[in-house]
Amino acid sequence: MPQRIDYLKETASQTAGPFVHIGLSPGAAGFDIYERELGWDIAGPTAGGERIRVEGVVVDGTGSPVKDVLLEAWQANAQGVYAHPEHDREVEEGFRGWGRVITDFDTGEWGFDTVKPGPVMGRNGRVMAPHINLWIVARGINVGLNTRLYFSDEAEANATDPVMGLIEWEVRRQTLVAERAERDGKVVYRFDIRLQGEGETVFFDI
Amino acid sequence: MSKPAEYYQRDREWHPPALAQGYKTSVARSPRYSLISLEQTASEITGPVFGHEDIVPGDNDLLTNYAQPGESPIGERIILHGRVLDENARPVPNTLVEIWQANAGGRYRHKKDMYLAPVDPNFGGCGRTLTDGDGYYCFRTVKPGAYPWRNWVNNWRPAHIHISVFGASFSQRLITQMYFEGDPLIAKCPIVQTIPDPAAVEQLIAPLDLNASVPLDALAYKFDIVLRGRRSTLFENRPEGN
Repeated sequence: MPQRIDYLKETASQTAGPFVHIGLSPGAAGFDIYERELGWDIAGPTAGGERIRVEGVVVDGTGSPVKDVLLEAWQANAQGVYAHPEHDREVEEGFRGWGRVITDFDTGEWGFDTVKPGPVMGRNGRVMAPHINLWIVARGINVGLNTRLYFSDEAEANATDPVMGLIEWEVRRQTLVAERAERDGKVVYRFDIRLQGEGETVFFDI
Repeated sequence: MSKPAEYYQRDREWHPPALAQGYKTSVARSPRYSLISLEQTASEITGPVFGHEDIVPGDNDLLTNYAQPGESPIGERIILHGRVLDENARPVPNTLVEIWQANAGGRYRHKKDMYLAPVDPNFGGCGRTLTDGDGYYCFRTVKPGAYPWRNWVNNWRPAHIHISVFGASFSQRLITQMYFEGDPLIAKCPIVQTIPDPAAVEQLIAPLDLNASVPLDALAYKFDIVLRGRRSTLFENRPEGN
Protein backbone atom coordinates (compact mmCIF):
# COMPACT_ATOMS: atom_id res chain seq x y z
CA MET A 1 0.00 0.00 0.00
CA PRO A 2 1.32 3.49 -0.75
CA GLN A 3 1.31 6.15 1.96
CA ARG A 4 -2.03 7.62 2.88
CA ILE A 5 -2.97 11.00 1.50
CA ASP A 6 -4.67 12.62 4.43
CA TYR A 7 -6.40 15.67 3.06
CA LEU A 8 -9.68 16.53 4.70
CA LYS A 9 -12.79 16.55 2.53
CA GLU A 10 -14.68 19.76 1.95
CA THR A 11 -17.91 19.89 3.93
CA ALA A 12 -20.74 18.98 1.56
CA SER A 13 -23.09 21.75 0.50
CA GLN A 14 -26.77 21.75 1.40
CA THR A 15 -29.49 23.98 0.04
CA ALA A 16 -29.93 27.38 1.64
CA GLY A 17 -33.63 26.55 1.88
CA PRO A 18 -36.63 28.90 1.75
CA PHE A 19 -35.72 30.81 4.90
CA VAL A 20 -32.18 31.87 4.00
CA HIS A 21 -33.25 35.46 4.62
CA ILE A 22 -33.48 34.89 8.37
CA GLY A 23 -29.80 34.21 8.56
CA LEU A 24 -28.35 36.40 5.87
CA SER A 25 -30.88 39.18 5.42
CA PRO A 26 -33.13 39.16 8.51
CA GLY A 27 -34.63 42.57 7.80
CA ALA A 28 -36.18 41.09 4.68
CA ALA A 29 -37.55 38.19 6.72
CA GLY A 30 -39.54 40.71 8.69
CA PHE A 31 -37.55 41.42 11.82
CA ASP A 32 -34.78 43.70 13.03
CA ILE A 33 -32.05 41.95 14.96
CA TYR A 34 -28.65 43.24 13.88
CA GLU A 35 -27.37 46.77 14.24
CA ARG A 36 -25.91 46.43 10.76
CA GLU A 37 -26.94 44.12 7.99
CA LEU A 38 -24.12 43.18 5.69
CA GLY A 39 -23.82 43.58 1.97
CA TRP A 40 -26.25 46.40 1.15
CA ASP A 41 -23.50 48.87 0.20
CA ILE A 42 -21.12 47.38 -2.36
CA ALA A 43 -19.07 50.35 -3.46
CA GLY A 44 -19.19 52.79 -0.52
CA PRO A 45 -19.42 56.59 -0.77
CA THR A 46 -16.01 57.44 -2.21
CA ALA A 47 -15.52 54.89 -4.97
CA GLY A 48 -14.55 56.26 -8.37
CA GLY A 49 -16.06 55.18 -11.65
CA GLU A 50 -19.51 55.11 -13.13
CA ARG A 51 -22.42 54.58 -10.75
CA ILE A 52 -24.71 51.89 -12.07
CA ARG A 53 -27.68 49.80 -11.06
CA VAL A 54 -28.01 46.11 -11.90
CA GLU A 55 -31.43 44.48 -12.00
CA GLY A 56 -32.88 41.16 -13.01
CA VAL A 57 -34.97 38.18 -12.20
CA VAL A 58 -34.05 34.53 -11.78
CA VAL A 59 -36.36 32.15 -13.65
CA ASP A 60 -36.66 28.40 -13.31
CA GLY A 61 -37.08 25.69 -15.96
CA THR A 62 -40.79 26.46 -16.34
CA GLY A 63 -40.08 30.13 -17.01
CA SER A 64 -41.45 31.21 -13.65
CA PRO A 65 -39.64 33.74 -11.46
CA VAL A 66 -37.83 32.27 -8.47
CA LYS A 67 -38.97 34.34 -5.53
CA ASP A 68 -36.76 33.08 -2.72
CA VAL A 69 -33.29 33.61 -4.16
CA LEU A 70 -30.35 35.22 -2.43
CA LEU A 71 -27.58 36.57 -4.65
CA GLU A 72 -24.12 37.69 -3.69
CA ALA A 73 -21.95 39.90 -5.87
CA TRP A 74 -18.17 40.15 -5.83
CA GLN A 75 -16.43 42.69 -7.98
CA ALA A 76 -13.34 44.81 -8.50
CA ASN A 77 -13.42 48.60 -8.35
CA ALA A 78 -13.26 50.84 -11.42
CA GLN A 79 -9.49 50.33 -11.57
CA GLY A 80 -9.88 46.56 -11.66
CA VAL A 81 -8.69 46.02 -8.08
CA TYR A 82 -10.37 43.68 -5.59
CA ALA A 83 -10.63 44.72 -1.94
CA HIS A 84 -8.53 41.80 -0.77
CA PRO A 85 -5.10 41.61 0.86
CA GLU A 86 -3.68 39.54 -2.01
CA HIS A 87 -4.47 42.20 -4.57
CA ASP A 88 -1.47 44.45 -4.72
CA ARG A 89 -3.21 47.83 -4.97
CA GLU A 90 -5.42 49.74 -2.56
CA VAL A 91 -9.11 50.39 -3.10
CA GLU A 92 -11.08 53.46 -2.08
CA GLU A 93 -12.06 53.89 1.57
CA GLY A 94 -15.34 52.06 2.12
CA PHE A 95 -15.16 50.01 -1.07
CA ARG A 96 -15.79 46.35 -0.20
CA GLY A 97 -16.87 45.08 -3.61
CA TRP A 98 -19.22 42.56 -2.05
CA GLY A 99 -22.97 42.72 -1.93
CA ARG A 100 -25.93 40.61 -1.00
CA VAL A 101 -29.50 41.00 -2.26
CA ILE A 102 -32.69 39.02 -2.11
CA THR A 103 -35.54 38.92 -4.57
CA ASP A 104 -38.88 40.58 -4.04
CA PHE A 105 -41.16 37.93 -2.53
CA ASP A 106 -44.00 38.82 -4.95
CA THR A 107 -42.23 39.49 -8.25
CA GLY A 108 -38.83 37.82 -8.00
CA GLU A 109 -37.11 41.04 -9.05
CA TRP A 110 -33.74 41.87 -7.52
CA GLY A 111 -31.36 44.79 -7.94
CA PHE A 112 -28.33 46.48 -6.47
CA ASP A 113 -26.42 49.74 -6.85
CA THR A 114 -22.69 49.75 -7.38
CA VAL A 115 -19.94 51.12 -9.60
CA LYS A 116 -18.99 49.55 -12.87
CA PRO A 117 -15.85 47.49 -12.36
CA GLY A 118 -12.75 47.91 -14.50
CA PRO A 119 -10.92 45.20 -16.44
CA VAL A 120 -9.02 42.76 -14.24
CA MET A 121 -5.74 41.04 -15.03
CA GLY A 122 -6.40 37.37 -15.67
CA ARG A 123 -4.12 34.40 -16.09
CA ASN A 124 -1.03 34.44 -18.24
CA GLY A 125 -1.15 38.20 -18.59
CA ARG A 126 -4.49 38.20 -20.41
CA VAL A 127 -6.88 40.94 -19.38
CA MET A 128 -10.44 39.99 -18.46
CA ALA A 129 -13.31 42.21 -19.55
CA PRO A 130 -15.12 44.07 -16.74
CA HIS A 131 -17.39 41.67 -14.91
CA ILE A 132 -19.23 41.05 -11.65
CA ASN A 133 -19.04 37.59 -10.09
CA LEU A 134 -22.38 36.31 -8.85
CA TRP A 135 -23.28 33.49 -6.49
CA ILE A 136 -26.87 32.29 -6.33
CA VAL A 137 -28.48 30.21 -3.61
CA ALA A 138 -32.11 29.25 -2.99
CA ARG A 139 -34.41 26.47 -2.02
CA GLY A 140 -33.91 23.70 -4.57
CA ILE A 141 -30.34 24.75 -5.39
CA ASN A 142 -28.13 22.13 -3.79
CA VAL A 143 -24.79 23.81 -4.40
CA GLY A 144 -24.55 27.58 -4.87
CA LEU A 145 -24.33 28.55 -8.55
CA ASN A 146 -21.50 30.77 -9.79
CA THR A 147 -21.83 32.94 -12.84
CA ARG A 148 -20.40 36.17 -14.22
CA LEU A 149 -22.13 39.31 -15.40
CA TYR A 150 -20.47 41.11 -18.32
CA PHE A 151 -21.54 44.45 -19.82
CA SER A 152 -23.18 45.04 -23.20
CA ASP A 153 -21.21 48.25 -23.82
CA GLU A 154 -17.93 46.31 -23.58
CA ALA A 155 -18.41 44.22 -26.70
CA GLU A 156 -14.80 44.55 -27.78
CA ALA A 157 -13.39 43.51 -24.40
CA ASN A 158 -15.95 40.73 -24.08
CA ALA A 159 -14.87 39.33 -27.44
CA THR A 160 -11.34 38.72 -26.19
CA ASP A 161 -12.21 37.79 -22.61
CA PRO A 162 -10.43 34.51 -21.80
CA VAL A 163 -13.26 33.18 -19.64
CA MET A 164 -15.90 34.02 -22.25
CA GLY A 165 -13.65 32.19 -24.69
CA LEU A 166 -13.93 29.01 -22.63
CA ILE A 167 -17.58 28.78 -23.58
CA GLU A 168 -17.49 26.64 -26.67
CA TRP A 169 -20.98 27.60 -27.84
CA GLU A 170 -20.86 31.26 -28.85
CA VAL A 171 -24.63 31.47 -28.62
CA ARG A 172 -24.42 30.77 -24.88
CA ARG A 173 -21.96 33.61 -24.21
CA GLN A 174 -24.76 36.13 -24.58
CA THR A 175 -26.39 34.73 -21.44
CA LEU A 176 -23.64 36.46 -19.45
CA VAL A 177 -24.09 39.91 -20.98
CA ALA A 178 -26.19 42.46 -19.10
CA GLU A 179 -28.03 44.94 -21.32
CA ARG A 180 -27.35 48.62 -20.70
CA ALA A 181 -30.16 51.14 -20.61
CA GLU A 182 -30.91 54.52 -19.05
CA ARG A 183 -33.82 55.27 -16.77
CA ASP A 184 -34.44 58.63 -15.14
CA GLY A 185 -30.89 59.63 -15.97
CA LYS A 186 -29.43 56.55 -14.26
CA VAL A 187 -27.58 53.70 -15.91
CA VAL A 188 -29.37 50.40 -15.38
CA TYR A 189 -28.14 47.01 -16.56
CA ARG A 190 -30.64 44.21 -16.98
CA PHE A 191 -29.38 40.71 -16.15
CA ASP A 192 -31.93 37.91 -16.10
CA ILE A 193 -30.69 34.52 -14.97
CA ARG A 194 -32.24 31.35 -16.39
CA LEU A 195 -31.56 28.31 -14.26
CA GLN A 196 -32.73 25.83 -16.86
CA GLY A 197 -34.20 25.50 -20.32
CA GLU A 198 -34.07 27.82 -23.30
CA GLY A 199 -31.36 30.44 -22.87
CA GLU A 200 -29.98 28.68 -19.79
CA THR A 201 -27.38 30.91 -18.17
CA VAL A 202 -23.81 29.69 -18.21
CA PHE A 203 -22.70 28.65 -14.73
CA PHE A 204 -19.11 28.03 -13.78
CA ASP A 205 -17.32 25.47 -11.69
CA ILE A 206 -14.81 27.80 -10.13
CA MET B 1 -1.50 39.99 -7.51
CA SER B 2 1.82 38.37 -8.30
CA LYS B 3 1.46 34.60 -8.01
CA PRO B 4 -2.09 33.49 -7.47
CA ALA B 5 -2.26 29.94 -6.11
CA GLU B 6 -5.43 28.07 -6.93
CA TYR B 7 -7.80 26.29 -4.60
CA TYR B 8 -8.22 22.57 -5.09
CA GLN B 9 -11.01 21.71 -7.44
CA ARG B 10 -14.34 21.05 -5.81
CA ASP B 11 -15.20 17.33 -5.70
CA ARG B 12 -18.56 17.46 -7.44
CA GLU B 13 -19.22 13.80 -6.72
CA TRP B 14 -18.97 14.49 -3.00
CA HIS B 15 -21.44 17.37 -3.12
CA PRO B 16 -25.07 16.81 -4.02
CA PRO B 17 -25.86 16.98 -7.73
CA ALA B 18 -27.92 19.93 -8.94
CA LEU B 19 -30.74 17.60 -9.95
CA ALA B 20 -31.95 15.24 -7.21
CA GLN B 21 -35.34 13.72 -8.03
CA GLY B 22 -36.16 13.03 -4.37
CA TYR B 23 -35.90 16.73 -3.58
CA LYS B 24 -38.63 17.95 -5.88
CA THR B 25 -37.82 21.64 -5.84
CA SER B 26 -34.43 20.89 -7.38
CA VAL B 27 -36.00 19.51 -10.55
CA ALA B 28 -36.98 22.84 -12.14
CA ARG B 29 -34.15 24.77 -10.51
CA SER B 30 -31.20 22.69 -11.70
CA PRO B 31 -29.18 23.64 -14.78
CA ARG B 32 -29.21 21.00 -17.51
CA TYR B 33 -25.93 21.99 -19.13
CA SER B 34 -22.63 21.13 -17.50
CA LEU B 35 -20.86 23.76 -15.47
CA ILE B 36 -18.00 25.40 -17.36
CA SER B 37 -14.78 24.69 -15.46
CA LEU B 38 -12.36 27.57 -15.35
CA GLU B 39 -8.85 27.98 -14.07
CA GLN B 40 -9.01 30.40 -11.19
CA THR B 41 -8.15 34.05 -11.63
CA ALA B 42 -8.06 36.99 -9.24
CA SER B 43 -11.87 36.98 -9.41
CA GLU B 44 -12.08 33.55 -7.79
CA ILE B 45 -9.03 33.69 -5.50
CA THR B 46 -10.09 36.88 -3.76
CA GLY B 47 -13.19 37.34 -1.64
CA PRO B 48 -14.74 39.74 0.85
CA VAL B 49 -12.95 40.46 4.10
CA PHE B 50 -14.91 41.07 7.30
CA GLY B 51 -13.81 42.54 10.59
CA HIS B 52 -15.01 43.09 14.11
CA GLU B 53 -16.53 46.43 13.07
CA ASP B 54 -19.09 44.46 11.02
CA ILE B 55 -20.61 42.61 13.97
CA VAL B 56 -21.13 43.08 17.70
CA PRO B 57 -19.96 40.59 20.34
CA GLY B 58 -23.44 39.33 21.30
CA ASP B 59 -24.36 38.42 17.70
CA ASN B 60 -23.30 34.81 18.37
CA ASP B 61 -25.59 34.34 21.38
CA LEU B 62 -29.03 33.33 20.13
CA LEU B 63 -30.19 32.86 23.72
CA THR B 64 -30.01 36.61 24.24
CA ASN B 65 -29.74 38.38 20.88
CA TYR B 66 -33.50 38.59 20.44
CA ALA B 67 -34.78 37.91 23.97
CA GLN B 68 -36.58 40.43 26.13
CA PRO B 69 -34.43 41.62 29.04
CA GLY B 70 -34.35 38.93 31.70
CA GLU B 71 -36.03 36.31 29.52
CA SER B 72 -34.74 33.56 27.28
CA PRO B 73 -36.11 31.28 24.58
CA ILE B 74 -37.86 27.98 25.27
CA GLY B 75 -35.89 24.85 24.44
CA GLU B 76 -32.82 22.77 25.10
CA ARG B 77 -29.90 25.14 25.64
CA ILE B 78 -26.89 24.18 23.55
CA ILE B 79 -23.47 25.39 22.55
CA LEU B 80 -22.54 24.87 18.92
CA HIS B 81 -18.81 25.16 18.45
CA GLY B 82 -15.96 23.95 16.30
CA ARG B 83 -13.32 25.07 13.88
CA VAL B 84 -13.27 26.17 10.29
CA LEU B 85 -10.44 24.34 8.55
CA ASP B 86 -9.34 23.88 4.97
CA GLU B 87 -8.67 20.59 3.22
CA ASN B 88 -5.03 20.86 4.31
CA ALA B 89 -6.31 20.88 7.93
CA ARG B 90 -5.13 24.45 8.36
CA PRO B 91 -7.40 26.76 10.39
CA VAL B 92 -9.27 29.48 8.53
CA PRO B 93 -8.99 32.53 10.79
CA ASN B 94 -11.15 35.69 10.89
CA THR B 95 -13.79 34.33 8.60
CA LEU B 96 -17.47 35.17 8.89
CA VAL B 97 -19.75 32.33 10.03
CA GLU B 98 -23.51 32.97 9.94
CA ILE B 99 -26.21 30.60 11.16
CA TRP B 100 -29.99 30.45 11.07
CA GLN B 101 -32.48 27.96 12.42
CA ALA B 102 -36.00 27.19 13.55
CA ASN B 103 -36.96 27.55 17.20
CA ALA B 104 -37.41 24.61 19.58
CA GLY B 105 -40.87 23.95 18.14
CA GLY B 106 -39.63 23.83 14.56
CA ARG B 107 -40.92 27.25 13.53
CA TYR B 108 -38.87 29.91 11.76
CA ARG B 109 -39.29 33.60 12.45
CA HIS B 110 -40.03 34.29 8.79
CA LYS B 111 -43.10 35.81 7.25
CA LYS B 112 -43.29 32.94 4.80
CA ASP B 113 -43.24 30.17 7.44
CA MET B 114 -46.84 29.05 8.06
CA TYR B 115 -46.18 26.01 10.26
CA LEU B 116 -48.67 25.83 13.13
CA ALA B 117 -46.00 25.62 15.85
CA PRO B 118 -45.73 29.01 17.56
CA VAL B 119 -43.10 31.69 17.13
CA ASP B 120 -41.06 32.16 20.31
CA PRO B 121 -41.16 35.82 21.36
CA ASN B 122 -37.64 35.51 22.77
CA PHE B 123 -35.99 33.79 19.82
CA GLY B 124 -34.87 35.36 16.56
CA GLY B 125 -33.06 32.38 15.12
CA CYS B 126 -29.97 33.88 13.55
CA GLY B 127 -26.44 34.59 14.67
CA ARG B 128 -23.01 35.39 13.31
CA THR B 129 -19.42 35.48 14.43
CA LEU B 130 -15.85 35.64 13.17
CA THR B 131 -13.50 32.71 13.69
CA ASP B 132 -10.52 33.49 15.91
CA GLY B 133 -6.88 33.09 14.94
CA ASP B 134 -7.17 29.30 15.28
CA GLY B 135 -10.30 29.07 13.14
CA TYR B 136 -12.47 28.51 16.21
CA TYR B 137 -16.09 29.65 16.41
CA CYS B 138 -18.81 29.33 19.00
CA PHE B 139 -22.56 29.98 19.25
CA ARG B 140 -25.06 29.60 22.05
CA THR B 141 -28.62 28.73 21.05
CA VAL B 142 -31.47 26.30 21.58
CA LYS B 143 -31.70 22.98 19.80
CA PRO B 144 -34.09 23.48 16.86
CA GLY B 145 -37.14 21.28 16.47
CA ALA B 146 -37.97 19.02 13.55
CA TYR B 147 -40.68 20.31 11.24
CA PRO B 148 -42.78 19.11 8.33
CA TRP B 149 -42.30 20.37 4.80
CA ARG B 150 -44.02 19.91 1.48
CA ASN B 151 -42.18 17.45 -0.72
CA TRP B 152 -43.79 14.08 -0.35
CA VAL B 153 -46.91 14.48 1.73
CA ASN B 154 -45.27 13.46 5.00
CA ASN B 155 -41.65 14.67 4.92
CA TRP B 156 -40.00 16.03 8.05
CA ARG B 157 -36.74 17.88 8.28
CA PRO B 158 -34.40 16.54 10.96
CA ALA B 159 -33.34 19.14 13.52
CA HIS B 160 -30.74 21.24 11.74
CA ILE B 161 -28.90 24.54 11.76
CA HIS B 162 -28.05 26.32 8.49
CA ILE B 163 -24.46 27.52 8.30
CA SER B 164 -22.91 30.00 5.87
CA VAL B 165 -19.13 30.40 5.66
CA PHE B 166 -16.99 32.68 3.51
CA GLY B 167 -13.38 31.54 3.81
CA ALA B 168 -10.71 33.68 2.23
CA SER B 169 -11.92 33.56 -1.36
CA PHE B 170 -15.16 33.63 -3.32
CA SER B 171 -14.40 30.09 -4.48
CA GLN B 172 -14.53 28.83 -0.87
CA ARG B 173 -18.01 30.22 -0.29
CA LEU B 174 -20.22 27.54 1.23
CA ILE B 175 -23.67 27.07 2.69
CA THR B 176 -24.49 23.83 4.45
CA GLN B 177 -26.60 22.39 7.26
CA MET B 178 -25.49 20.62 10.43
CA TYR B 179 -27.50 17.81 11.98
CA PHE B 180 -27.52 16.28 15.47
CA GLU B 181 -26.09 12.91 16.42
CA GLY B 182 -28.71 10.23 16.89
CA ASP B 183 -31.60 11.88 15.02
CA PRO B 184 -33.62 9.16 13.23
CA LEU B 185 -34.99 11.71 10.73
CA ILE B 186 -31.57 12.24 9.13
CA ALA B 187 -31.73 8.97 7.20
CA LYS B 188 -35.26 9.75 6.00
CA CYS B 189 -34.70 13.29 4.75
CA PRO B 190 -34.74 13.84 0.96
CA ILE B 191 -32.55 16.93 1.33
CA VAL B 192 -29.89 15.02 3.28
CA GLN B 193 -30.19 12.20 0.77
CA THR B 194 -29.26 14.49 -2.13
CA ILE B 195 -25.70 13.78 -0.95
CA PRO B 196 -24.57 10.56 -2.61
CA ASP B 197 -21.74 9.49 -0.29
CA PRO B 198 -22.71 8.37 3.24
CA ALA B 199 -19.34 9.60 4.49
CA ALA B 200 -20.21 13.11 3.32
CA VAL B 201 -23.50 12.90 5.24
CA GLU B 202 -21.69 11.76 8.38
CA GLN B 203 -19.49 14.82 8.11
CA LEU B 204 -22.65 16.95 8.53
CA ILE B 205 -23.64 15.28 11.82
CA ALA B 206 -22.38 16.99 14.96
CA PRO B 207 -21.58 14.71 17.90
CA LEU B 208 -22.57 15.50 21.44
CA ASP B 209 -19.52 17.07 23.10
CA LEU B 210 -20.06 16.57 26.78
CA ASN B 211 -16.67 18.01 27.73
CA ALA B 212 -17.60 21.32 26.18
CA SER B 213 -21.00 21.48 27.84
CA VAL B 214 -21.59 23.80 30.76
CA PRO B 215 -22.72 21.80 33.81
CA LEU B 216 -26.24 22.68 34.96
CA ASP B 217 -26.61 25.05 32.00
CA ALA B 218 -26.09 23.88 28.39
CA LEU B 219 -25.14 20.83 26.35
CA ALA B 220 -22.60 21.18 23.55
CA TYR B 221 -22.29 19.87 20.02
CA LYS B 222 -19.05 20.07 18.07
CA PHE B 223 -19.11 20.82 14.36
CA ASP B 224 -15.97 21.35 12.32
CA ILE B 225 -16.40 22.87 8.87
CA VAL B 226 -13.97 22.15 6.06
CA LEU B 227 -13.48 24.58 3.17
CA ARG B 228 -11.53 23.96 -0.01
CA GLY B 229 -7.79 23.74 0.40
CA ARG B 230 -5.23 25.67 -1.57
CA ARG B 231 -2.09 24.81 -3.43
CA SER B 232 1.05 25.92 -1.71
CA THR B 233 3.53 25.25 -4.49
CA LEU B 234 3.71 27.95 -7.07
CA PHE B 235 5.20 26.32 -10.12
CA GLU B 236 3.68 28.21 -13.00
CA ASN B 237 2.92 26.18 -16.08
CA ARG B 238 3.55 29.27 -18.18
CA PRO B 239 5.45 32.39 -17.20
CA GLU B 240 3.34 35.53 -17.04
CA GLY B 241 3.05 37.36 -20.33
CA ASN B 242 3.32 34.32 -22.57
